[in-house]
Amino acid sequence: MSQAASSFINIGERTNVTGSAMFKRLILEEDYETALEVAKQQVENGAQIIDINMDEAMLDSEAAMVRFLNLIASEPDISRVPIMIDSSKWSVIEAGLKCVQGKSVVNSISLKEGKEPFIAQAKLIKRYGAATVVMAFDETGQADTIERKFNICERSYRILVDEVGFPPEDIIFDPNIFAVATGIEEHNNYAVDFIEATRKIRQELPHAHVSGGLSNISFSFRGNNPVREAMHSVFLYHAIKAGMDMAIVNAGQLEVYDEIPKELRDAVEDVILNRHDQATDNLLELAPKYQGDGKAAKVEDLAWRELPVSKRLEHGLVKGITDYIIEDTEEARLAAEKPLHVIEGPLMDGMNVVGDLFGEGKMFLPQVVKSARVMKKAVGHLQPFIEAEKDGKVSSNGKILMATVKGDVHDIGKNIVGVVLQCNNFEVIDLGVMVPCAKILQVAKDENVDMIGLSGLITPSLDEMVYVAKEMQRNGLDLPLLIGGATTSKAHTAVKIEQNYDHPVVYVSNASRAVGVCQQLISATQRPIFHEKLQKEYAVVRDQHARKTPRTKPITLAQARDNKFTCDWSKAPITTPKKLGVQSVSVSLATLREYIDWTPFFLTWSLAGKYPRILEDEVVGTEATELFNDAQTMLNHLCDNELLTAKGVYGLFAANSVDDDIHITNSQGEVVVAHHLRQQTHKPKGANYCLSDYIAPATSQRQDYIGAFAVTAGIGEEELSAGFIADGDDYNSIMVKALADRLAEAFAEYLHQQVRVEGWGYAADETLDNESLIRELYQGIRPAPGYAACPEHTEKQLIWDLLEAEARTSMKLTESYAMFPGAAVSGWYFAHPDARYFAVAQIQADQVTDYSTRKGWDEQTAQMWLGPNING
Amino acid sequence: MSTPLTTQFNAQLPALLAQLAQERILILDGAMGTMIQAYQFSEEDYRGEQFADWHCDVKGNNDLLAITQPDTIRTIHEQYLAAGSDIIETNTFNATTIAMADYDMQDISKDINLAAARLARQAADKYSTPDKPRFVAGVLGPTNRTASISPDVNDPGKRNVSFDELVVAYEESSHALLDGGADIIMLETIFDTLNAKAAAFAVENVFEQRGKRSPVMVSGTITDASGRTLSGQTTEAFYHSMRHLEPLAMGLNCALGPDLLRQYVNELSTVADCLVSAHPNAGLPNEFGEYDMDAAEMAEHIQEWAQSGLVNIVGGCCGSTPEHIAAIAQAVQKLAPRKVPKLPTKMRLSGLEPFVH
Repeated sequence: MSQAASSFINIGERTNVTGSAMFKRLILEEDYETALEVAKQQVENGAQIIDINMDEAMLDSEAAMVRFLNLIASEPDISRVPIMIDSSKWSVIEAGLKCVQGKSVVNSISLKEGKEPFIAQAKLIKRYGAATVVMAFDETGQADTIERKFNICERSYRILVDEVGFPPEDIIFDPNIFAVATGIEEHNNYAVDFIEATRKIRQELPHAHVSGGLSNISFSFRGNNPVREAMHSVFLYHAIKAGMDMAIVNAGQLEVYDEIPKELRDAVEDVILNRHDQATDNLLELAPKYQGDGKAAKVEDLAWRELPVSKRLEHGLVKGITDYIIEDTEEARLAAEKPLHVIEGPLMDGMNVVGDLFGEGKMFLPQVVKSARVMKKAVGHLQPFIEAEKDGKVSSNGKILMATVKGDVHDIGKNIVGVVLQCNNFEVIDLGVMVPCAKILQVAKDENVDMIGLSGLITPSLDEMVYVAKEMQRNGLDLPLLIGGATTSKAHTAVKIEQNYDHPVVYVSNASRAVGVCQQLISATQRPIFHEKLQKEYAVVRDQHARKTPRTKPITLAQARDNKFTCDWSKAPITTPKKLGVQSVSVSLATLREYIDWTPFFLTWSLAGKYPRILEDEVVGTEATELFNDAQTMLNHLCDNELLTAKGVYGLFAANSVDDDIHITNSQGEVVVAHHLRQQTHKPKGANYCLSDYIAPATSQRQDYIGAFAVTAGIGEEELSAGFIADGDDYNSIMVKALADRLAEAFAEYLHQQVRVEGWGYAADETLDNESLIRELYQGIRPAPGYAACPEHTEKQLIWDLLEAEARTSMKLTESYAMFPGAAVSGWYFAHPDARYFAVAQIQADQVTDYSTRKGWDEQTAQMWLGPNING
Repeated sequence: MSTPLTTQFNAQLPALLAQLAQERILILDGAMGTMIQAYQFSEEDYRGEQFADWHCDVKGNNDLLAITQPDTIRTIHEQYLAAGSDIIETNTFNATTIAMADYDMQDISKDINLAAARLARQAADKYSTPDKPRFVAGVLGPTNRTASISPDVNDPGKRNVSFDELVVAYEESSHALLDGGADIIMLETIFDTLNAKAAAFAVENVFEQRGKRSPVMVSGTITDASGRTLSGQTTEAFYHSMRHLEPLAMGLNCALGPDLLRQYVNELSTVADCLVSAHPNAGLPNEFGEYDMDAAEMAEHIQEWAQSGLVNIVGGCCGSTPEHIAAIAQAVQKLAPRKVPKLPTKMRLSGLEPFVH
């Protein structure tokens, strides 16, 4: 690279509302956090100065400039570089100058309004301590020819240097870059005029600099980025040689001069240097060949903007692009007879395409959710017009009430199903989480819905669903009932729910199944056929279930206890924790994100595959990568702005086992009892495990220890998520929740490691990377109540009491012992070197009785909480 | 006291100062606060007769002493002049309307600045001779607010003082200081450059209004080992931010002792094309909040700076006394001042960091 090129300054152009649609939207929506991110990326990408422009009619530009500059002052990663304060309004420039401590650059002043204001402004700029851009503009207009450009610059220079005493090295001339190859002959020499004026300015006006806004030059090739980049590159190549030493550019999008294909470079060079009359025609002819070549993928290809409006709406919906949806929707509305027709016509057509592609497996869930976001924005725009015309409501395929049942707080899956249904023109009434049965029935009646969908993640929710089905029967409802959620199953639905309700009850295994099911249920002709088929199918499932003999033979509780796991307790290594008692823990999101196990994140979005391989996957790799990038962007946003709070608590206690119970000495010195269940099927090789086996029995005379923990990364999750919903942005609403869940799991992983290495210290030498942590290559386990090894949920209360979890972390337990916020993990720590995860699975009546006695339960309570393990 | 006092040298003052600075290293004074502390004034002493009935406590308002204990302030100035100071600083570090608001005394800010400048003027004139003329630097302190740092951690965009408010305050103080006989305007202990830029803006306005420029000295504060001002700028970035004021001298003071400050003085010395000043603290405060670097040690450090050609003007900040100043004056007496370098003409911009093109 030549000397000239190496001392060329890139001025970042993205923080400009007139040049960047995205930045404009962020500022109009007052999303300053993301706007700051744009500024930060520019600096990271090598911008040496950043240009900031808030000239937008809809904005209080002065206030926006002040706000943004003040925020930048608090971001050392941005404010380390000088600022270019860009406005056509002097008041905005002056407001900006009052906010920057560094020596900045004004963009711009000129002789446009005459000499007097020019001098006054220049004096003030000097007094504020800034350099300035001076446009080649005077009382008669903007300079276009070499002579005019130079003459105005020279006159400006003499006034500034001789009359104002402005340092010549602080003057940057902008001799106006205009578009070439416009088809208008007079424009053909514009690039040459600029380049030659630049040469003269640099020769004759000592120390002054030359800059310009590069993108103008290629304006007539909008939509063809390869050609535009080539034009920018060729133009710069020549302008820099002539002395242009700075430009407002997107540095990441500059093609290297030598790497432009020769054919294209020659054609572009002919245009830029105006070498012959046919130059424009030649380039126009050549341009389509380079449109959309490999390189165009990384930049926004705007060719689709040339399509008719209905196709543009479809493109926006399918690609999930919100940038233009309002303007396109508005255009469609103006052309339509009624605003409603826009929804029923092009928007619905577009969503049908989305639905078809999803059905064919050509689109994936995250894309569909993004499409829904676009649709909501469009509908949101039309709503006021529709209401104004009072021409009735949009006709939908049907109305579905959805709810996470009482006692349960998990709703990511439900939200995804809701979005997918909305994409297929179902109206969704989402009652949220922890919804009591009475409310579900009331709203179903009031809103005259067509079907009800229930969701839940924890096992007690299964019983609540049964209850809802019974109540629907009792109240004489005839609506189809849809069942979904992680612990639900076809078997449970067939055996426990369906028989309690005379009308269709359908288990829906995932979001993509939901649409087909709902469409059949809503159709008067298909519903009976579907229902009949369903009844037969469930009868078969029930039959199979009833005839199912256990694969392994049950044994008595006494036999199981005889075959417990044991070891030589006199020699077992027991590490006394460094400190007993309860510790509150807070940790930054930035730390936690390093501990994230990403594989389940992709599963949340119905993308199956192990991270990081999934990013390269043949089928879903592209989509997974995009999703992953969006997740990283959101994580950055969450971390930088501390939008979620992670709080946790753990405790280490003296403990000994007594049969299947563990006696724990709490912080007050009292003994409390944790109850556990034992595997009760015949194990010819291994032991019949119970978690208490991993704690030294009281009879061993050895003091052992147990830990407990509860962590959440979801404080603030609800508000954030609701904010996105209010904005019609389901995609990010779900994203926040999915990430909060991952962060909570990461917190559990992080804290477990801290406890092993520090707090308890039984593995002080452990050094494991995240991959090894995910593969559980460490000593000890952290089983969670409600899951396989300790499936009984009410034991969480003991953890809460031991840890004062609610007081210390504000995490609550619902009546079903779901943790709230939902992004939470709690459990026990066992340090025994042989401790392994196992599933209690099916237990027998003798253990139910035994456990009930230990817990002080009556039979009904026992049935309720042990149900999942009694019936297998 | 009704007419402003002037010195016989005032008319040719900038030229005279520049000439003296070429010949030798000029000596500033030392700490005012440290000296006042030794008097252990009571609330009554601070109030004096003039403010006996003031509605809030004023103990600790050192600047007020220019009105209530003028003899003491004048005596301290004279002690520094006797120790060899060429330039003494007015006792007006907190005298702006903004800082005085702490005592609800914003309305008498002007009187304090005026009285303080007059006291310094009287003292300087008493010691001034044709061989060793003495100068008064009217001090504009940083105020207790920051224009580029938010007072609220939850709202980084918030500010508790605006550029315009600072300009108004600094204009008033500058006029009063010049009315009272200050030869030089000195912006010192700058921890937020935006405050200092507002001061610079005000000073230029005042010069324009008075139809006469006075020499300006600018002195920033590197708060800790990060090597940056409180508002985050490096020494060079700070210099670029203030250079438009065309100061007689640019320097660093306070926060650090000479040992820790040296590298930043060195940095400034290489980038500044004006005089370089430095008045460090007498070490870092000990556990009792006292500064215990003695005069000899401090003078030794500063002598080394002078030998290395880093400085043109030296003095002391917190913890330094006439004894320190006498030792410093003695130590640099025979040493040549730093030669002001001629730098290539370039655009010198800055954010938190410098950008030269």
